[in-house]
Amino acid sequence: MADQAEFAELAMPYMSALYSAALRMTRNPADAEDLVQETYLRAYRGFGGFREGTNLKAWLYKILTNTFINTYRAKKRRPDEVDLDDTEDFYLYRRLGGLEAANADRTPEAEVLDAIPDELVKNALEALPEQFRMAVLLADVEGFSYKEIAEMLDIPIGTVMSRLHRGRKAMQRALYEYAEARGLTAAQPASTESSGDD
Amino acid sequence: MADCKQTLRELDAFLDDELSSPTREQIHSHLGDCVDCLQAFDFHAELKQVIRRKCSNDEMPPGLLAKIEMCFNEDFDGDGIIGSPDTASPSS
Repeated sequence: MADQAEFAELAMPYMSALYSAALRMTRNPADAEDLVQETYLRAYRGFGGFREGTNLKAWLYKILTNTFINTYRAKKRRPDEVDLDDTEDFYLYRRLGGLEAANADRTPEAEVLDAIPDELVKNALEALPEQFRMAVLLADVEGFSYKEIAEMLDIPIGTVMSRLHRGRKAMQRALYEYAEARGLTAAQPASTESSGDD
Repeated sequence: MADCKQTLRELDAFLDDELSSPTREQIHSHLGDCVDCLQAFDFHAELKQVIRRKCSNDEMPPGLLAKIEMCFNEDFDGDGIIGSPDTASPSS
């Protein structure tokens, strides 16, 4: 069918991104591969039902998400690590942001954050309990709107916002704790070079 | 006119571009006047970008593309082959 011939051209570019997302969801490379394959299969078969001009990315991710929830959710590979007990707002900011203001040789916050190893950030996201992980993944990594996420997960928008808010806080805390464990949060010694006129 | 308390409370939604005007404009305006809130905004905007960048750069395992192509007999990447070169059949 002409529709399905188009599929390869339209859906291919998303494969790598879908794999990354699948990895964050399943936390296991073998499962992630299977999940992506299954997603493409379902998408391919259902492509006739996709309305041209609508959001293909959202459509593909909805299939990915549903396939994950229905197939892999039961297969928990390791216990969720992060406790969703009350974490204060602005957890990371209180510890990393604004510190520099007091320091003559301030490291721009962008540099501090960028220096955090990729692996640590992925682990922090993957450590979230599934409901919160999905919200943060779809919003912060994939850039979907609250409305799109609500449709994908079949939950009210209010629930999306709540899971996102709590998920982000929990992720910040996990991020900080991992960074601390690696010795990355120790204060930098003041440099002997001055950055400008004294 | 938004104050610090409201701005910080709505920061997530503002960052996510989910606020409707006039709230969005009020907060935007406050960020123009308040260095502390602007600093908090900058940090969280940067954090969001860092998360996006660092969580979406996984290398696709070799062979996944080939597997998918063979799965439904379609030349996905347009290289003229379905599957990988050693196991492939040419796409017609």
